[in-house]
Amino acid sequence: MPAIDALIAEAELSEVRISEAMADARHNMEICNACRYCEGFCAVFPAMQRHREFSAADLNHLANLCHGCQGCFYACQYAPPHPWGINVPQAFALVRAESYAFHAWPKPMGRLFERNGTIVSVVTALAVALVLLLVGALQSSGTMLAPHTGPGAFFAVISYDAMVYSAAATFLYALLAMSLTTASFWRASGGKIRFIHFARALHDAMTLRNLGGGGDGCNYPTESFSFTRRWLHHAMAYGFLLCFAATSVATVFHHAMGWVAPYSLLSAPVILGTVGGIMMLIGTIGLLWLKVLADPEPAAKAVLGGDYAMLILLASVAKTGLLLLVLRSTSAMGWLLALHLGFVLALFVALPYSKMIHALFRTAALARDHAER
Amino acid sequence: MVDLTRTYDVLVIGGGNAALCAAVTAREAGASVLLLESAPKSFRGGNSRHTRNFRGMHTAPTKVLTGSYLEDEYWDDLNRVTGGITDEPLARMTIRVSAEMTPWMEACGVRFQPALSGTLSLSRTNAFFLGGGKALLNAYYATATRLGVDILYDAEVVNLHVDDGFVRSADITWRGFPATVTARCVVAAAGGFQANLDWMRQYWGDAVDNFVIRGTPYAKGKVLKNLLDQGIAPIGDPTQFHAVALDARSPQFDGGISTRLDSVPFSIVVNRDGQRFYDEGEDVWPKRYAIWGRLIAQQPGQIAYSICDAKAFSLFMPSVYPAIKADSIADLANKMGLDAATVENTVMSYNNSVQPGRFDATGLDECRTEGLAPPKTHWARRIEEGPFYGYPLRPGITFTYLGLKVNQNARVLMTDGKPAANLFASGEIMAGNILGRGYLAGFGMTIGTVFGRIAGREAARHARN
Repeated sequence: MPAIDALIAEAELSEVRISEAMADARHNMEICNACRYCEGFCAVFPAMQRHREFSAADLNHLANLCHGCQGCFYACQYAPPHPWGINVPQAFALVRAESYAFHAWPKPMGRLFERNGTIVSVVTALAVALVLLLVGALQSSGTMLAPHTGPGAFFAVISYDAMVYSAAATFLYALLAMSLTTASFWRASGGKIRFIHFARALHDAMTLRNLGGGGDGCNYPTESFSFTRRWLHHAMAYGFLLCFAATSVATVFHHAMGWVAPYSLLSAPVILGTVGGIMMLIGTIGLLWLKVLADPEPAAKAVLGGDYAMLILLASVAKTGLLLLVLRSTSAMGWLLALHLGFVLALFVALPYSKMIHALFRTAALARDHAER
Repeated sequence: MVDLTRTYDVLVIGGGNAALCAAVTAREAGASVLLLESAPKSFRGGNSRHTRNFRGMHTAPTKVLTGSYLEDEYWDDLNRVTGGITDEPLARMTIRVSAEMTPWMEACGVRFQPALSGTLSLSRTNAFFLGGGKALLNAYYATATRLGVDILYDAEVVNLHVDDGFVRSADITWRGFPATVTARCVVAAAGGFQANLDWMRQYWGDAVDNFVIRGTPYAKGKVLKNLLDQGIAPIGDPTQFHAVALDARSPQFDGGISTRLDSVPFSIVVNRDGQRFYDEGEDVWPKRYAIWGRLIAQQPGQIAYSICDAKAFSLFMPSVYPAIKADSIADLANKMGLDAATVENTVMSYNNSVQPGRFDATGLDECRTEGLAPPKTHWARRIEEGPFYGYPLRPGITFTYLGLKVNQNARVLMTDGKPAANLFASGEIMAGNILGRGYLAGFGMTIGTVFGRIAGREAARHARN
């Protein structure tokens, strides 16, 4: 089997074409490797120093190791307008986007990473419209606008079966697609790791250690050092996980305990979901605000659309979820529920073909980095 | 908006480390400060943009330095590299004051990092700036702005009106328009003249066309020349500069650290005529890289070629330009534009003189030649394993030694030995007082920081009295 894996890896490697973005990233790395002033900022530069030449797989790995903290950009004596025009955060953002597309499963779906902002927006609009239409079509007229309370209130609007089957299908698809995509990336970057490397990578990913610069945070949104982005990302990511936990607990309640939603304000799913939702909302709106303030120079314009769309989608999931909680005993519940589930559906459909894949690629790159040290 | 009609307490001319240290210190002391940087904002900071570390005395390990580095050892190092062309009281004062600098630098937002690799093993003597000199400058500029120092970019001083050692005003151009600035005190921190090729040509003739200037193209020495023309005492040999060997394909200015080449000790180096001219293995590279600039400057056409084989190629830092690569010495010579037969001959006689011995890339080893002139005294191994690699080398000028003579208070001295009334200097423009020859890694930043702080303090005190 290892032999087959090696063959697959080799075949995939040979397919990695040298794009313009990759050629630019290589130009950056060759100059950086002769300079090395940035070695104290993050994992990228010590990893770079283990190479003398940079293959496509190496560049994909380094690009996904880069957290976009921008420390190296502001410190760079060769940054534009210097004729060498070194801009590592920008070069790597473009290579990263290409690596998501290249490894996407199934392969043709990689195209979705082009004009990703538009794609995520269209998927969102379609998903929301679909859920609203289905609710309107499947329920008797007036159901959506009537107040529903007590156990099973949600299922009066959208049938339990419809909710569970569509959720399970999209979730399982997202899981499968993201796993295969990440597996492809992992095989191409190669290398064996032990559990300890994975554990360290997970620690780095969960703490965003590499957004720490030299201890004063990253240079985002502007030149001055700041931890704002790190904290906002934590709020968003852990908020997302809490919301996911809320749904998981609710599933257990429903199936194991036979307790039917909506749950009381002091129940575990509601508390987890509320705290998570508020954190997600703060995180996403904060990150959107930072993006607006951010210095355009080290940013990669081509990926901004997708980043904005995904943040707005996450914010919309959180916002409608919280509104649904507040207004669940009113007549607004019906269409809010439909709207919320529409956004959630969009999120899971878009998940494997959006910025969200970075969480897995980044962790994989960190694991390889720990294995190489 | 900066008001150029007001009289500032302190005018700082320059925008590098020494200028910023002076400006921030003067402002901290309560003085109003105007700083004029001749470069545009993106290229601010002079040669400090290309620096990386600060050499600091310390009696015990600090947050950023290991072990200890005491005054006498520091002084010995300086005395050795300068061959005694220094000023001992000034030098010792600089060394002692350097011990107090890093906390102030950190308070200004400068961040240090442990030295990891790719450096010259200086973790005991030198504190490394996280991200290098440009990051340091960013921190100082942010601090200066926060404290209320007025900063103008694209602002070049054309003429200082010096009247018997008293600076009355400065004629400048700002964004191409003329203006006049007045201040009670002036700190000249405008660097050397290494980027002024016409000035260099006076001493070096047309060889300057083959020199690479490693740092900023804005170090034209206009302030230095203007002051020397008005009765300020000079210091340092005007014909001399610090030069290293670097890749001949480097841009004429601003290539910085990346263009250096560390291949020499593991190679043989031939000139345009295909002949060796110096012992490539005389000492470890950190102790020899600086003499190779001058050696190449003295060769015909100011060019040389480093040649090594496959087994030596991975022993030195990667180069910014790819090596010239060929399967035979003759091919390599042709690709580099050298006479193939001569180079083959040079390599053959070198190979024949290589003695067996223990090879050690990290220290002085036993691999040497016998009966070869000039010899290669370490790391001499036969050049025989293809592919073969070559690099063209040129002298890369770091800085010039000519400067303004100063005293312990950073006050500029007149040719008659009297101190100028209201003129101070810091940085490369006065470094020749202490560093008259050679170089000590990180010492330029030390001189700039120490004298910047002194000049800022003294100028503020003088202006506010």
